[in-house]
Amino acid sequence: MKPLEIPTMDMENKEVLRRIEVGGDMLLNMGPQHPSTHGVINFLVQTDGEVMKRAIPEVGYLHRSLEKIGERCTYNGYMPYTDRVDYIAAMFANQGWAMAVERLLGMQVPKRAEYCRIIACELNRISSHLISVGTMAMDVGAVTPFPYALREREFINDLLEELCGARLTYNYLRIGGVAFDLPTGYEEKVSTFLDHFEKILDEFNRLITYNEIFVKRLAHLAPISKEMAIDYCLVGPNLRASGVKFDVRKDLPYSIYPELQFDVPVGKGEVGTQGDSWDRFWCRVEEMRQSCRILRQCLVQIPKDSQVMGKVPRKIKLTEGLEAYSRIESARGDMQYYVVAGPGENAHRVKIRTGSFTAMGIIDALSRGLMIADLVALIASLDVVAPEIDR
Amino acid sequence: MQSFLDNLIRNAGHDPSTWPWTQFVYLAGMGAIAFVVINFAAITAGIFSWAERRVAARIQSRVGPNRVGPGGFLQWIADAVKLLLKEDLVPDEADQFLFRIAPYFMMVGFACVFVCLPFSHRLIVADMNIGIFFIIAVTALIVVGIIMSGWSSNSKWSLFGAIRSAAQIISYEIPAGMALMIPVMLAGTLSTQGIIRAQGGWPWQWFLFDNPAAFAAFFIYFISALAEGNRTPFDLPEAESELVSGYNTEYSGMRFSYFFLVEWGNMWIMSALATTMFLGGWQLPGLTPERFDALTGGSAVVAELASLALFAGKTLFFVFVVMWLRWTLPRIRVDQMMNMCWKYLVPISFAGVLFVAVWMLVVHAVPALGIAMRVLLTAAGAFGVGAFVVRTLKNIRDTGDKFDFTSNW
Repeated sequence: MKPLEIPTMDMENKEVLRRIEVGGDMLLNMGPQHPSTHGVINFLVQTDGEVMKRAIPEVGYLHRSLEKIGERCTYNGYMPYTDRVDYIAAMFANQGWAMAVERLLGMQVPKRAEYCRIIACELNRISSHLISVGTMAMDVGAVTPFPYALREREFINDLLEELCGARLTYNYLRIGGVAFDLPTGYEEKVSTFLDHFEKILDEFNRLITYNEIFVKRLAHLAPISKEMAIDYCLVGPNLRASGVKFDVRKDLPYSIYPELQFDVPVGKGEVGTQGDSWDRFWCRVEEMRQSCRILRQCLVQIPKDSQVMGKVPRKIKLTEGLEAYSRIESARGDMQYYVVAGPGENAHRVKIRTGSFTAMGIIDALSRGLMIADLVALIASLDVVAPEIDR
Repeated sequence: MQSFLDNLIRNAGHDPSTWPWTQFVYLAGMGAIAFVVINFAAITAGIFSWAERRVAARIQSRVGPNRVGPGGFLQWIADAVKLLLKEDLVPDEADQFLFRIAPYFMMVGFACVFVCLPFSHRLIVADMNIGIFFIIAVTALIVVGIIMSGWSSNSKWSLFGAIRSAAQIISYEIPAGMALMIPVMLAGTLSTQGIIRAQGGWPWQWFLFDNPAAFAAFFIYFISALAEGNRTPFDLPEAESELVSGYNTEYSGMRFSYFFLVEWGNMWIMSALATTMFLGGWQLPGLTPERFDALTGGSAVVAELASLALFAGKTLFFVFVVMWLRWTLPRIRVDQMMNMCWKYLVPISFAGVLFVAVWMLVVHAVPALGIAMRVLLTAAGAFGVGAFVVRTLKNIRDTGDKFDFTSNW
């Protein structure tokens, strides 16, 4: 097979944009406006009929220089921007940034604020996974699970809106705490939702997870072995589906996670090979269940005081060259912030490491010999979100 | 058709054979019938588009279109008007001629089927003696239209859809044709009315419960019909998540609406054929076709309307099942689709044809065996329906759901 060169966006040579075949194979541009690439990503697909020889992800369509913006804003001012790193699960990006700067300041966050953060984050994890499993079912052709998942997500959106006034880009966390305390009666509302939601998860499993066609489509599809998952730096549910029991919440605990009981679901290859697309789907469904467990414990254990902000200087000025690194388990896995303090009120360097970006790297290796319909399922099973890839 | 018009004119007290312009009368009659049939096809397709969206909405726990008219019923008219008024875009590099005529091929293949599709005891455009053969033949025109549209669009996604569709429809015509052979053998005729007449009004008189092969053939036909009509789980040619929209990606306006008209109208065709071939068609329980023929006056009209309602009821039930499947099941992959056809459906349908041939000889020798088999299969069918209802009720109870037919209309 002749290797496929990535066409460059060379405006001098427009011919390359119109190229339709590569060494006798068809070159298919899947994206950037394709309905199931989950955002503006382009896949250059080298196909022979329905069978793909290779799919090369071409990222960068949604690059907004978020890291550079982080170097120009004040530390507090950057918080709303972090929402845009991953707009499906904005709370985690907030938390990563807040934790990194708190480490620079060397400060402690009030206990209640930590609980507020975890409640918000776990709710957000459920809503993010709901989108993931819903769209995955839709990409495989079952349209009905998607509205069901989104209906549940609406309840979470309502809860988060009550908490912070926003439904998508929350800007809820602050450096040193959270913006608002839980509203009155919030605990009851969340626990009512959880009672309802755990039943819905069972219904969801009946509806799609064990559906014969769904299992046939996803079992044995693009399995990732343990070694391969580690080699390609996969994180989060994608890594755990391959059987690697690594969860930042457990293995490098932060915030109040050491005080909470929960399991880390690992892909077992229940219907196919370990680490296949169905395992990745199943891992997310199980993680939602674990998030429910975490939420229930948080609602019981949350301290009853009302202090949700620590003492933070009005203008954060740090010693130049101070470094901090934070790792959190986002809905898409290990999210890391690296911050170097600058001379003034802003950072000298901000670097964000996200799960979707590394997940894109493995697509080329996995795509060989799959069908076009499988590529769609594969992208969905890796749960990539375009803004998180490009930042 | 000709004799029908002759009868009509003779009843009015004239003899058409003496007229110098009889042929024109026939022509006008044909035109009128064609107008009625095409409009029936178009209007049912339109209403199904509304029905499907409402059904989908209820299945997906949404409300669906409910603004235009009572329960949103006139939505399809609003959509049709909108689509008619839209610009009819033809892509710059498309094959202009093929691109423009492709929808008409689909339309012709679709409308021709209605010629020998029965509606009730007497209501049929032409009860041809090659009815089923004609239906299978003209539906193949649809695939010509699909390939044309996919090829001429000059888009790779459309081409993928068209090629998938061609492979799918041509493959699935074989099991569908073989499955339809079984009722044809049992009835001994290809005429659609003849096949219905060979059955009876009660469930145990239907071909569905005649013998195990016919029972299997019904499901094979239904699966194949789903595949031929590009319905989920076989909607690969227009798989939205894979191929954007498949062969109709580049179409807009009225030409686009033709594709959907055909898809929805096809639901009536596949369901009406299933009813005709396996479910006793318009046969009223307790009224044999001979006694039906002998009825006159008001009772004939009542029986005719009752048979029409029964046929429409059975057909609409299957239309609902088709919608229900679409909004429940995922889509299968193209290789799985081919495997299913060639490895399972084709061999089973061939075996079924052989079985029925032997079975007919056996039943001819021992008629009691035929009756025993009918009783057994009808009981099995009733048990299946019962088990389904019990399971559904259990699922509803488990989730704590309730029936709600009143709110949110």
